[in-house]
Amino acid sequence: MSELKPQAIRAEALESLLIEQNHLTAEAVDEVIIRYNERVGPMNGARVVAKAWADPDYKACLLEDGTKAIEEFEFEGGEIDKLVVVENTATVHNVVVCTLCSCYPWGLLGLPPRWYKDPAYRSRIVREPRAVLAEFGVVLDDDVEVKVWDSSAEVRYMVLPMRPDAAAAMDERAVLELITRDAMIGVAR
Amino acid sequence: MGLDQPLEGALAPPMRNGELAFEEPWQGRVFGMAKALCDAGCFEWAEFQAQLVETIREWERTPEGEYASAPAEQETYYNHFLAALERLLEAKQLVAGGAVEARSEAFAARPHGHDH
Repeated sequence: MSELKPQAIRAEALESLLIEQNHLTAEAVDEVIIRYNERVGPMNGARVVAKAWADPDYKACLLEDGTKAIEEFEFEGGEIDKLVVVENTATVHNVVVCTLCSCYPWGLLGLPPRWYKDPAYRSRIVREPRAVLAEFGVVLDDDVEVKVWDSSAEVRYMVLPMRPDAAAAMDERAVLELITRDAMIGVAR
Repeated sequence: MGLDQPLEGALAPPMRNGELAFEEPWQGRVFGMAKALCDAGCFEWAEFQAQLVETIREWERTPEGEYASAPAEQETYYNHFLAALERLLEAKQLVAGGAVEARSEAFAARPHGHDH
């Protein structure tokens, strides 16, 4: 077997202690990993967006009270006490960050991408959002206002991307494929 | 589940949206432990969150943290995650102080090739 890193050994040591003391089972840890990798993912957020695109009344509810509006989906693995959904329009582009650590709407978007936890992203998106967005390939006209939303343990944000015109003629499955994780974080338009 | 339970192996790092969710299996285990303990009622997620924020803040005041640059490493992040989890568990007296250290040393001294 290969050499393990000190942190890997430390994590293994911690896990074995917790298992011995009956605080944990290895299966419970496996289950969490599977849940976050497979069952919880950006697809949950995409379902919410697709519904909002298709149903103006639902969209209004979602923007009014995100937490309440997603209740009907019964997503598991939440940690979203308060969800605020912010809408992109022709004149406003929203982008989400957590400047403190990596607060993220896991229940909707799965685990955060690695750049989301990067101190460079966390500080630069606040100081120079247009430049950072341009690096993600989102070049905004000067008349588009950029709003940066700082997540916290209490409030999680998700972006409601603009609905492409083509979505009107698509079935739901095709629409879901249009909705990317990055668009719901706000680093894609 | 004995001491020789391998940490690596079956947990091939998963891909999603073209990215690795965990760069290395231990990162997934650490994340999974925290969530499973929370699900089991050992602590509130907010308590862990607070501990993680504090751990990162302390690190940002150290020379290493102050000059840390991008690409800030998922590894660094999960180091904080692990440290925060250990501290919270010690504070909750679910793990005795020094126990993780002692067992890590024991594991590190294992002869290779004798995991099973």
